[in-house]
Amino acid sequence: MKIVVLVKHVPDATADRTFDPSDNTTDRTGVDGLLSELDEYAVEEALKIVDAGHDSGGVEVIAMTMGPDGASDAVKKALQMGADSGVHVLDDALHGSDALATARVLAAAVGTVGEVDLVLTGMASTDGSMSVVPAMLAEYLDLPHVGFVGELTVSESSVTCRRDGDVASQTVEAALPAIVSVTDQINEPRYPSFKGIMAAKKKPVQTWSLADLGVDAGAVGLDAALSVVREVVKRPERSQGEVVTDEGDGGVRLAEFLAARKFV
Amino acid sequence: MGEILVLVDHVDGVVRKTTTELLTIARRAGDPVAVFLGSGYDDAARQVLASYGATKVYVADAPELEEFLVAPKAEALAQAATACGAVAVLVTASAEGKEIAARLAVKLGSGVITDATDVAADLTTTQSVFAGGYTVAAQVPSGVAVIAVKPNAATPEPSPSSPAEEKLAVTISDSARRARIVARAPRAATGRPELTEAAIVVSGGRGTGGDFGPVEELADALGGAVGASRAAVDSGWYPHAYQVGQTGKTVSPQLYLAAGISGAIQHRAGMQTSKTIVAVNKDPEAPIFAMADFGVVGDLHTILPQVTAEVRKRKA
Ligand SMILES: Cc1cc2nc3c(=O)[nH]c(=O)nc-3n(C[C@H](O)[C@H](O)[C@H](O)COP(=O)(O)OP(=O)(O)OC[C@H]3O[C@@H](n4cnc5c(N)ncnc54)[C@H](O)[C@@H]3O)c2cc1C
Repeated sequence: MKIVVLVKHVPDATADRTFDPSDNTTDRTGVDGLLSELDEYAVEEALKIVDAGHDSGGVEVIAMTMGPDGASDAVKKALQMGADSGVHVLDDALHGSDALATARVLAAAVGTVGEVDLVLTGMASTDGSMSVVPAMLAEYLDLPHVGFVGELTVSESSVTCRRDGDVASQTVEAALPAIVSVTDQINEPRYPSFKGIMAAKKKPVQTWSLADLGVDAGAVGLDAALSVVREVVKRPERSQGEVVTDEGDGGVRLAEFLAARKFV
Repeated sequence: MGEILVLVDHVDGVVRKTTTELLTIARRAGDPVAVFLGSGYDDAARQVLASYGATKVYVADAPELEEFLVAPKAEALAQAATACGAVAVLVTASAEGKEIAARLAVKLGSGVITDATDVAADLTTTQSVFAGGYTVAAQVPSGVAVIAVKPNAATPEPSPSSPAEEKLAVTISDSARRARIVARAPRAATGRPELTEAAIVVSGGRGTGGDFGPVEELADALGGAVGASRAAVDSGWYPHAYQVGQTGKTVSPQLYLAAGISGAIQHRAGMQTSKTIVAVNKDPEAPIFAMADFGVVGDLHTILPQVTAEVRKRKA
């Protein structure tokens, strides 16, 4: 079984994330980046399938990313966790690509890997947080997709998923090949072991350009984006109001505040 | 001005409040055309769509819409968009809504914007990004704009109409019949307002120590919904459906009360746009206080019951 896990390199959410003022794209150089934490769950789920070992033919896990130079760090982290090899789609023309172009390029890359049984992704990136790329990928690759999966069972020919929806929890089945995006409820991602970190150094990572994928550079990047950011404004920090220390009447004082604001 | 398609968000035919918000927004930009997919379309549903100004209602009912995940709905919606030459399509920014929007964008070759907190008459959207740190104005400059709109993006304003009704005969491809729903377990009803729609939310975190009783009682006294931090959800104290934050729900109520929640960036991402924020935490250094309009430093186990009693007294 061949599994591709899509991983994204994102600016650290606990740092001061910002935009590049010249073109309103996410600033990916001024802030330290890391593997999107929500993709760790997808990597872990792939490794659990390896560990379960019920595919007699063995399970191969390929970590794939698209992004600028530093994005290979996301692949590296996945390799340290236990993925077998990596693919980094790297091309200057990709700068500023929207979700559609991203999905189109990733679809071409998955196609180039060939004979993929399962594509695993996180539920959203922690920077753009749109949650649309996996479903778009399903359209481009013409594969079934199950999103927001909180529990996954994989057999040699199908997946059974618990999808945690807004109003109901659904059990969904699809034949392989398929695309599954997983939530942060699905598992507890492992930390890379020392052995894993050492082993990762020897694992192969291929770098592919748009030409390697047969994707026209004019169809991607900021100029081809079908949605345009007009303006970016930093939200004023919320100012701190009154904070009182409870001296036995804290609850009453809180209720008084609520009443003054007409919530009671 | 053109036709703005609104995908009706409904549970077994019961139209959700978010749909009335979408219709209100659509009226700013053009003529709202409602698309009702699946079974359950009845007088009550018709009434809601007419009260909020739908000029036309497309009804498409095919078994595939309920037997398979998302893909058939995206196909049906694409067919509706083509049938009326829509200039924009609005869907609710729920898990399913965003996946429908994603597929629709590919089918129509259109740009997509998700999680809009407002949409102007020229279809310029407002989004809150980076955990609420920035506000972004965006637009789909050409083609059919596909926009997933957050709950509470607008106050629903009635505008009675008498919409024409049209049955839409949709064709569902084999491709769209591959993720089969084999079982469905509806979420248990709580009798409380829907978390994303509630005017008041009372949330509990790790500081509750696992006892959500005081949180629920205060929520009930105030007529609000209950939320939880991921730490509380991960500990198994409260169901994930009630998690507020980056990987849970985004709420934007009039009042958000955080009890025993530190205020991590991922939690703030889900509640930062609340109008009034109140915090109860025993640690005076907790980051939640920096964004609170009112805070009490102390033990929530004594403070919350006191607030509840006082609220009940004042309401009596
Ligand atoms: C990718 C990712 C996604 C995430 N998504 C979310 C998300 O969607 N939602 C979310 O909430 N978190 C999310 N988190 C987790 C987040 O980083 C925090 O770990 C979490 O919000 C902490 O929850 P908490 O505030 O309840 O717990 P803690 O941070 O442990 O805080 C508990 C607070 O309770 C106070 N306290 C303890 N006892 C009492 C008492 N008796 N009375 C009053 N106060 C008391 C303490 O002083 C402390 O401030 C995410 C993290 C990651 C990495």
